[in-house]
Amino acid sequence: MKKTVDLSLAQEFGLTPEEYDRVLKIMGRTPSLTELGVFSVMWSEHCSYKSSRKWLRTLPTTAPWVIHGPGENAGVVDIGEGYAAIFKMESHNHPSFIEPYQGAATGVGGILRDVFTMGARPVANLNALRFGSPETPRTRQIIDGVVRGIGGYGNCVGVPTVGGEINFHPAYDGNPLVNAMTVGIARKDRIFLSAAAGVGNPVVYVGSRTGRDGIHGATMSSAEFDENALAKRPTVQVGDPFIEKLLIEACLELMATDAIVAIQDMGAAGLTSSSVEMAGKGGVGIELDLDAVPQREPGMTAYEMMLSESQERMLIVLRPDRTEIARKIFEKWELDFAVIGHLTDTGHIVVKHKGAVEADIPLDPLAEQAPIYDRPATTPVAPAPLEGVHAPLSLDAMLLRLVGSPDLASRAWVWNQYDSTVGGQTVRRPGAADAAIVKIEDTTLGLALTTDCTPRYCQADPKTGGAQAVAEAWRNITATGARPLAVTDNLNFGNPEKPEIMGQFVAAIEGMGEACRALDFPVVSGNVSLYNETRQPDGSTMSILPTPAIGALGVLEDVSKAIGLGMTDGAAVVLVGETRGELGQSIWLREILGREEGPPPRVDLAAEKRNGDFVRAEILNGTISACHDLADGGILVGVAEMVMASRIGCELESPVSGIRPEAFWFGEDQARYLVCVSDAEDFCARAEKAGVPARLIGRAGGSDLILPSGVTISAARLAVAHEAFFPALMER
Amino acid sequence: MKSAIVVFPGTNRERDMAIALKRVTGKAPTMLWHRDTALPDVDLVVLPGGFSYGDYLRCGAMAAHSPIMTEIRAFAEKGGHILGVCNGFQILTETGLLPGALLRNANLRFLSQDCHLRVERADTPFTHKWEKGDVFRTPLAHGDGNYTADSQTLERLEGEGLVAFRYAGANGSVQASDTETNPNGSVNSIAGILSTNTRICGMMPHPEDLVDPLMGGEDGLPLFEGLVEAFVR
Repeated sequence: MKKTVDLSLAQEFGLTPEEYDRVLKIMGRTPSLTELGVFSVMWSEHCSYKSSRKWLRTLPTTAPWVIHGPGENAGVVDIGEGYAAIFKMESHNHPSFIEPYQGAATGVGGILRDVFTMGARPVANLNALRFGSPETPRTRQIIDGVVRGIGGYGNCVGVPTVGGEINFHPAYDGNPLVNAMTVGIARKDRIFLSAAAGVGNPVVYVGSRTGRDGIHGATMSSAEFDENALAKRPTVQVGDPFIEKLLIEACLELMATDAIVAIQDMGAAGLTSSSVEMAGKGGVGIELDLDAVPQREPGMTAYEMMLSESQERMLIVLRPDRTEIARKIFEKWELDFAVIGHLTDTGHIVVKHKGAVEADIPLDPLAEQAPIYDRPATTPVAPAPLEGVHAPLSLDAMLLRLVGSPDLASRAWVWNQYDSTVGGQTVRRPGAADAAIVKIEDTTLGLALTTDCTPRYCQADPKTGGAQAVAEAWRNITATGARPLAVTDNLNFGNPEKPEIMGQFVAAIEGMGEACRALDFPVVSGNVSLYNETRQPDGSTMSILPTPAIGALGVLEDVSKAIGLGMTDGAAVVLVGETRGELGQSIWLREILGREEGPPPRVDLAAEKRNGDFVRAEILNGTISACHDLADGGILVGVAEMVMASRIGCELESPVSGIRPEAFWFGEDQARYLVCVSDAEDFCARAEKAGVPARLIGRAGGSDLILPSGVTISAARLAVAHEAFFPALMER
Repeated sequence: MKSAIVVFPGTNRERDMAIALKRVTGKAPTMLWHRDTALPDVDLVVLPGGFSYGDYLRCGAMAAHSPIMTEIRAFAEKGGHILGVCNGFQILTETGLLPGALLRNANLRFLSQDCHLRVERADTPFTHKWEKGDVFRTPLAHGDGNYTADSQTLERLEGEGLVAFRYAGANGSVQASDTETNPNGSVNSIAGILSTNTRICGMMPHPEDLVDPLMGGEDGLPLFEGLVEAFVR
């Protein structure tokens, strides 16, 4: 198949006429097919961040504990005792709709490589998933495949999956979100970077062989879906977690030597992006001989090899005198190892195949003249105030409905398919605390890990929603006793060429930035996924809810001080933080009244910091025995979750006057925690001194949740309501 | 007790096992590579959990043909003690050192959860820290843990008392048809078995992941403490 390179082919590859013009100027001639392929993937939204870069730059990325912020394969923070935590979250949304199992599995594989390529042993996986309406038939299929894929990959590589979140909304019907996060640990003086150096140094390819899978995956991810989306299955890669496991062990073994100059995984756009980025960052040239590339099938062209997204591959620049040491390590692990090129001083990437030069592109212009767009953005319209709400049911009936609703129901059916204990360091498994807790082997350090976002808030008010996502992640880490250190963001939005979508993006980043600055919680890595839209049969398009998912990391110097969220028998239950009773965009409003209206709850970052710092200090002083941050469903759902986690009941006191009962019990006001303490009076006095609102709302004990009216719901009955949703949906 | 852990390509719970062994012996076990052709002088060889060879072909099938397995067979013939956990159990059945086979879980999904095991005999090196009938909690994490064997083999296992552990309720009740207490559908709720000389034990759950109060308990510790005591000579 010989294709003529012209504007129409360039457009087929996703380039605009202006971008193609720029290619012609840089090259001074018509590019070859391979060259056009390289430009089109490097300039795709997925690889170039051309619509988002301007705004990403406004996010805070530094703090004294940040070792490497955005720009490397993953973010790196100092966690003490000579160790660094390396982490990132990345989307695999489009592939997961087309082929749920492989899409999700390779999403996990890709993010693992981003982390271990920097020298870290992966110690935890998390994820953030959004599915369409449970009533939509394909949703079930997608959940089944995504959950199997995440488990199939993570379980096999032996990295525990310790946390995550799941939301349902019809806006994700044609475009689910699969955001995968990996956290790894390295000695902080043994971090590996990707900038190539040393003219003449060998460029080595290790891992799986290259096949014809995933060609143009990055381009596919940079366009909206139409009705023929499922025909794009050949662009989805196929994962092999067994090879990934060998690759982790072999790379870590090699990293213990002094052989490596630079290393990068072959992710989106495969050999193209890894070679271009490594050489580009190092300010050198690179020459590749594709005849030496290990190939899965005969007859592959240069274009196919450069664009393939075959999984489980790494590119390494070695010290020339260490090549044989490296070769032996990869032979031991039975992985392919091939010297496929060397660094040059030409500043060009030169690709040779069968004696012919298939590509010769100057690297500087490829990077520097990459398009960057300041796309028009309209300011989101503030939502109208919420009016005319009233509780149609009794408190107990509403609570039972809420704890069984799709967004609040037990996720045990999902977690129980993920190995959460492999490694022997999982201190708090999914559901046991607001953040997962993983111990660092051979130390007393613990990591607190969480993923958070409330898309319905972001839809109503992207700026508040962006701030809320960061604040909730910070709060979840705080609620375990850990000190929040940094975040990774995974920004999932619709088509940025639409001003209203771009407006959502800009506002969400603004909110995130404000929260990150106020909470001293910098963004150290991230990923942007745009064009999450589906064309409807009638020609219109449906965008997902704006979903800036936040993955966050905190540290405990003494992991034994971490606490969970289950009730402590006999404890006083105290509410920390101010309650106004904000029902706008609440789960209660949606699930009980069927309305998605009003403004989301206000985010007061000063109160957030004050309340959280107080709670954390009390946890570390040992005065709090259990803590749960309040989010979806408000106080009553929070209490019920603490009761279900421990099977210890709670007798509640009457709410404050001046707030309607449903607003008090189900309002989603931010910056709040429920804590178990032994001496409520003492605790509240200390809170008052710190300027933190706190009041006794109940006492833990027995096995029933007792409402102020005297109505009793047993922990077992709550659990039945809570646990029914997933099995009923998936095992029918 | 001198112990060694065998690492195959795809093994992933060797570190968990090493932590548990170090906890009871005070020293790190020797790590062996599947291509090694000699065993050091050890009392106990452990085949740990994981996905040797990616579970391709059949779980444990390819690892059973690794070079080191020749040595492990010889070690067994000389009366050596071997513990196989999860994928290690699968490898022992594929090698023929233990009878039966592990099928896909009855619900065809990977299971990762706590389960309860009832101790079926307390006079073996692996179980003597417990009393017969004791129940302990342990995590399990597998896709293929559904134990089965032909009726003759089962009769022999049951008749000779070679079932070490059964899946049970927290109160010790055993009901093979109940997915709550026998989550993977194993025949007779069998979670672990012994060789005729009781020196080889294979089990699906992971007692090595519950040997530290920080990780939720020490319920798995008696197995390892018992082994240490068995080798104090």
